[in-house]
Amino acid sequence: MEKEQRIAWEAQCIQEEPPACTATCPLHVDVRQFMGEMAKGNLAEAYRVLHRNMPFPGIFGRICDHPCETKCRRGEIGEAVAIGSLERVCVEWHGSPDSVKLLPRKSKNVAVIGGDIAGLVAAYDLRKKGFGVTLFETGKQLGAGFRKFSEKLLPAAVIAAELAILKDMRVEIKLGAVLEGSTTEDLLEEFDAVFIDRISSTCSRLNIETGATGQIAADPTTAGTGRPGVFAGGSNGDSPILLAAAGRKGALSIERFLQAAHMTIGREDEGPYETRLYTNLKGIDPLDRLVPAAAEIGFSPEEAQKEAARCIQCECMECVKVCQYLAHYKKYPKQYIRQFFNNEKVLHGAAHSSNKIINSCTNCGLCATVCPNGLSMGAVCLEGRHSMLRGNYMPPSAHEFPLQDMAFSTGEEFALCRHQPGTQQSAYLYFPSCQLSATAPAEVLESYRVLCENLPGGVGILLGCCGAPAFWSGRDPLFRENLDTIREQWHSMGQPAVITACCTCQSVFRDHLPEITVKPLWEILETASLIRTAARQEVVGQAIAVVDPCSSRNDPETQSGVRRILASLGFSLEELPLSGALAECCGFGGLVFNANPRLDDTIVTRRAGESDLDYLAYCAMCRDKFVNAGKRTAHIIELLFPSVAGNDPWSRSWISWSDRRRSRQRVKNELLVRLGEGVERAMKPHEKITLYIEPEQLRTFDNRRILESDLRRVVLDAEETGKRLRHNQSGLYRATLKLGNTTFWVDYAPENEGYRIFNAYCHRMNITGVK
Amino acid sequence: MKFSEEEVQNWKCEACGEDLVMREVVFSYMRGTFHVDLPACPKCDQVLITEELAMGKMAEVEKILEDK
Repeated sequence: MEKEQRIAWEAQCIQEEPPACTATCPLHVDVRQFMGEMAKGNLAEAYRVLHRNMPFPGIFGRICDHPCETKCRRGEIGEAVAIGSLERVCVEWHGSPDSVKLLPRKSKNVAVIGGDIAGLVAAYDLRKKGFGVTLFETGKQLGAGFRKFSEKLLPAAVIAAELAILKDMRVEIKLGAVLEGSTTEDLLEEFDAVFIDRISSTCSRLNIETGATGQIAADPTTAGTGRPGVFAGGSNGDSPILLAAAGRKGALSIERFLQAAHMTIGREDEGPYETRLYTNLKGIDPLDRLVPAAAEIGFSPEEAQKEAARCIQCECMECVKVCQYLAHYKKYPKQYIRQFFNNEKVLHGAAHSSNKIINSCTNCGLCATVCPNGLSMGAVCLEGRHSMLRGNYMPPSAHEFPLQDMAFSTGEEFALCRHQPGTQQSAYLYFPSCQLSATAPAEVLESYRVLCENLPGGVGILLGCCGAPAFWSGRDPLFRENLDTIREQWHSMGQPAVITACCTCQSVFRDHLPEITVKPLWEILETASLIRTAARQEVVGQAIAVVDPCSSRNDPETQSGVRRILASLGFSLEELPLSGALAECCGFGGLVFNANPRLDDTIVTRRAGESDLDYLAYCAMCRDKFVNAGKRTAHIIELLFPSVAGNDPWSRSWISWSDRRRSRQRVKNELLVRLGEGVERAMKPHEKITLYIEPEQLRTFDNRRILESDLRRVVLDAEETGKRLRHNQSGLYRATLKLGNTTFWVDYAPENEGYRIFNAYCHRMNITGVK
Repeated sequence: MKFSEEEVQNWKCEACGEDLVMREVVFSYMRGTFHVDLPACPKCDQVLITEELAMGKMAEVEKILEDK
């Protein structure tokens, strides 16, 4: 991941943007956190939150005209949270102000001319930053702007207590100062910078040029006057909180000026601004503002707690809400992107956790669909996988098994490209997909027969794999090589229209082989009136829930076509919570089923529980994943081309990866027979061995990704070489063999003409020496 | 990773006809190397790895090394 790419991706994730209340607040008080603490009844902590951004909280907490409430998102579903009133409750409860922590004293000194609101805040902020501050006020007391409020709203005692803080902060206060005829030049001889409170009558005593309005002119971004080092702020008619913001701007500018920093860069978000945060209000019940029982007193502590709890704690989290993967690791995209970048560029793959996280995304695209800015964590994770491969730290266990399965599909055991038996040309080319052939071989063969009988111009057959496993695992050279093979085969067949029976294949063809016309089987059947509505009389009328595969997300025609077919067959359909454009992945996508089996299990189990109805899938992997999790799930091809009349397509139990290979071989072999090629493939020695295995053990071995062919090879090797261990009491043999990157161990004993398998396990760690 | 004497005594290397003895076995995976005492044939170096070890400790270490 390059830095520019990281910045661009991070900018798309807006979860860290402030809520509207904070962005609208001229002082950017963290209202969301304040409300969180208030709702917990934690007034001390709530005060701390206020105090972080708000000077003289006892004063502003009472008199702020709370512009934040105008942008409160709660206001769109009920009434805005009573932010102003709750601030009052908090500061009244707190009483005398907390002391202020000062940064270490800096050598520079600043003069603040005028002790009205802007001047007081500038003095407070500058002193807090460590500068020496002398505050000049020609009047007898500070804070004229605060003294316009009624005693009830803002008691004089509160003003006195809050302003006394300045003294604690060691601001040098010169009341009754005589400035007559002084110029800024005079002040700059003594001070390193000057802030002028334009509202204060003090500034009128200064001998300084004023603009057309009679006010000292100041730049709106920097508060700078014409004279470097002299800043001014505050305008007549501004609310107290805007005057406070003017004082804060002056202090920030003086800090920049004294540190010789750039005066304008990165100041867009000073004062009120529009936030980019997105918050979905769907599903939040409307709630009106709580009315205090004693209106003249205001909220009681209990009422305040209740009112604060109406705050919806604005955040985005749209993707995390719908993605098990993102939720599982308890972060949001911006954090993942930063973590992945640091893992790659700083730690070079040694982050101890990122590698597995990068391999745990299903690349289903749901996050990008729900993200207000279209951020795709799939793209982020794919780039992460490419980096891992480039840096040579991709764990081999993550993708090796599915890539071996892909190699099986593209190898001699399954791959085939032929014209329709008895013809020499193809108007169509049927690509039934590796995994549909693996799970429904008879139905694939029957569907091909029906296509051949009914479509004009010849229907060729192309068995292979679209290459999705290579793509998901980041093996781009392999993926491109596979696409080239498909393209060449398609050319050699006369560029026919391709018929797919898998949404993943469909999307790979659409995205990566755009020159090929590709249509889903279901659309071809519907268009050619080949839906045999009588095929499944026994299950008609049943209510089922349709499972849209994630790869159908951008294919609404297929989604609606499948529903039309199911309705025409007589089923009543229920929609799952997330379907259509929001379709979820079953965990096969991104090869997560292999890279993170535990997360995969969580995904499938949760999804299997979303409806009590039987599921109907039109993706082979969705179907088998749900069936493996114990959910009754059928594939649409079983409804259209029943292989066994009268059976229940929902009753099938799990199938092993070895079965999946056998089924693919069967499809190819039967097609070869139809083609009259019946070439007997010579059986390899290990294939001739008979094994006896208990079904429940088969499942254990399958979960361990141990194929029956692996068992056969280990046993054959032990029998041929005599290299094996023998158990003294039971006589059982324990044999071992390294195949590829995996070392297998098999416990077995001869039985009849074959061998009984008692156990099998494996590891990837290599034995490199025995001392 | 300790092995009981019993476990070692239970197995014999069939090819060599030897009882297994505890030996130091070197493992390597994803740039990591480990030394573990395991039962092995004194003649042909055939090592014994149990299911418990392969699916337990070894799998655990593999996962840690994979995320390094």
